[in-house]
Amino acid sequence: MTALVLLDHEAGSIKQPSRSAVAAAQKLGEVHVLVAGAGVQAAADAAARLPGVAKVILADAPAYDHALAEPLAALLVALAPGYSHLLAAATAIGKNVMPRAAALLDAQPISDIAGIVDADTFIRPIYAGNALATVKSADSKKVITVRAASFDPVAAEGGNAPIEAAPAVETPSMSRFVSAELSKSERPELTAARVVISGGRGMQSGDNFKLLEPIADKLGAAVGASRAAVDAGFVPNDYQVGQTGKIVAPELYVAVGISGAIQHLAGMKDSKVIVAINKDEEAPIFQVADYGLVADLFTALPELAAELERS
Amino acid sequence: MKILVPVKRVVDYNVKVRVKSDGTGVETAGVKMSMNPFDEIAVEEAVRLKEKGVATEIVAVSMGVAASAETIRTALAMGADRGILVETDVDLQPLAVAKLLKAIVAKEAPNLIIMGKQAIDDDMSATGQMLAALLGWPQGTFASKVAIEGDGVTVVREVDGGLETVALTLPAIVTTDLRLNEPRYASLPNIMKARKKPIETLKPADLGVDPAPRLTVLTVAEPPKRQAGVKVGSVAELVAKLKTEAKVI
Ligand SMILES: Cc1cc2nc3c(=O)[nH]c(=O)nc-3n(C[C@H](O)[C@H](O)[C@H](O)COP(=O)(O)OP(=O)(O)OC[C@H]3O[C@@H](n4cnc5c(N)ncnc54)[C@H](O)[C@@H]3O)c2cc1C
Ligand SMILES: Nc1ncnc2c1ncn2[C@@H]1O[C@H](COP(=O)(O)O)[C@@H](O)[C@H]1O
Repeated sequence: MTALVLLDHEAGSIKQPSRSAVAAAQKLGEVHVLVAGAGVQAAADAAARLPGVAKVILADAPAYDHALAEPLAALLVALAPGYSHLLAAATAIGKNVMPRAAALLDAQPISDIAGIVDADTFIRPIYAGNALATVKSADSKKVITVRAASFDPVAAEGGNAPIEAAPAVETPSMSRFVSAELSKSERPELTAARVVISGGRGMQSGDNFKLLEPIADKLGAAVGASRAAVDAGFVPNDYQVGQTGKIVAPELYVAVGISGAIQHLAGMKDSKVIVAINKDEEAPIFQVADYGLVADLFTALPELAAELERS
Repeated sequence: MKILVPVKRVVDYNVKVRVKSDGTGVETAGVKMSMNPFDEIAVEEAVRLKEKGVATEIVAVSMGVAASAETIRTALAMGADRGILVETDVDLQPLAVAKLLKAIVAKEAPNLIIMGKQAIDDDMSATGQMLAALLGWPQGTFASKVAIEGDGVTVVREVDGGLETVALTLPAIVTTDLRLNEPRYASLPNIMKARKKPIETLKPADLGVDPAPRLTVLTVAEPPKRQAGVKVGSVAELVAKLKTEAKVI
């Protein structure tokens, strides 16, 4: 059995969620990886250095720039005959592309797996993580997205796989990239950070998110948010943690001014240690918090910044 | 322009679902059911396009048990014109839904399909992409803005790093994200009016589709529970505990 993993890459490196997808694929058999894009030799070189990868397939063509779903799904379908499993991390790209490829292969995708029982059987969360379903696929080819937070990523270095060019595939021209407006941040990415500090509606404004910054600086943390904070325009959409946002499982998650709705918990309750700061002692977030501080965030956050500075 | 909006009947988002003790699924008996929230956003977007004079007709489609007709009624009360119910007791998975929708598209010939990015029960986030593939149409998933321009549609998408804009030729599929709009509540007069709007009922066999699931659910289990934590009295105590007890900072 050989598995093919579609990798997310950026500026010549492989994104951490994809390294988790490679780790998941290694439980299934030999692993090949696919790097697609325009001018992406450096990313293919980085993919070749991932430990445990037997082959890198490089699809370097203008059509694959910006990872549009239509050409990428066509490429995956062209490569599919060599593989028993096609995987990608459950990132915006993986979620966009893999179901499209699955339909073309007449397969039911297995989305967001959190565990692998055997080559046909997988564990995936349903109902915002309130239940875990073990499902067995009857399809001859499995098309899978991987919940990165559930699999320890393979290292970025250590391998030395050969790189092979992908065959030319006819690309549909019904979609076109227009522009991107990406949030700039010096901080680690939410899905890769060791510490995440998130703010909710209790933060009251985008300006007040600055109160999280000295703490995030000190802890090397990524900054996240609840849906309410995103909807209110305090922070951009890509900060959202939850059932329908990003799934994170850092060593430490700090929830500030977040009530703890199930949709939010779905995105962070597998964190190793959870801290909640909330002025309402009845807030449901305290039911999952290892350490709860009942306090007004506007006094607690400056205190916390000072305390971390001191120590 | 004709718009098709698939709407799914799901356990209401406010319900804390419970796993059945025999591990076969989650408890749905006596539980409040509603339209999938992302589908409400899809209906709202379609209705706004109609109000702007861009769309001429909105067809709401739901698939599943007979009670899914209620979900169609909700869409009709929000402003959809008519409904199609594909009735079956089979556990419909995205591949089957996409095939059934493809058959409906063959009859209805819509120019645009707006659907949810994710059903909050199965959390698959797959059906829109799959239908687009089966139809050979482009897809604009996780949309936070949709603009029809001539024979194309421009979609602003919520992606991992922020926002991305794509231009698609019509016909196309759009899946909705949370920021696309805020769905309206149906007014009482509109709920009354919706009762008179037509709903056609079909069976999967009428559409020539075998809806059998490809994924067999072996068990459904409760996730591991977190140990109850402690309340700390001060910021200093919190920092001390994180250092010496949890050892995470
Ligand atoms: C389809 C769907 C998908 C969703 N997906 C997500 C998702 O992915 N992620 C997500 O987060 N949500 C999601 N939600 C929304 C979710 O249901 C909640 O509405 C949301 O998480 C609430 O955000 P919040 O906790 O910031 O706000 P609130 O629930 O309003 O809580 C604010 C909290 O701040 C506290 N507070 C206020 N002032 C202070 C202060 N001065 N000091 C300390 N504490 C204070 C309050 O006590 C309160 O507990 C989704 C909902 C739906 C319907
Ligand atoms: N049984 C169904 N009936 C109507 N629409 C559905 C059904 N299942 C899925 N959909 C549509 O597909 C979207 C995504 O669902 P899913 O791929 O299951 O997460 C939903 O938001 C609906 O718009």
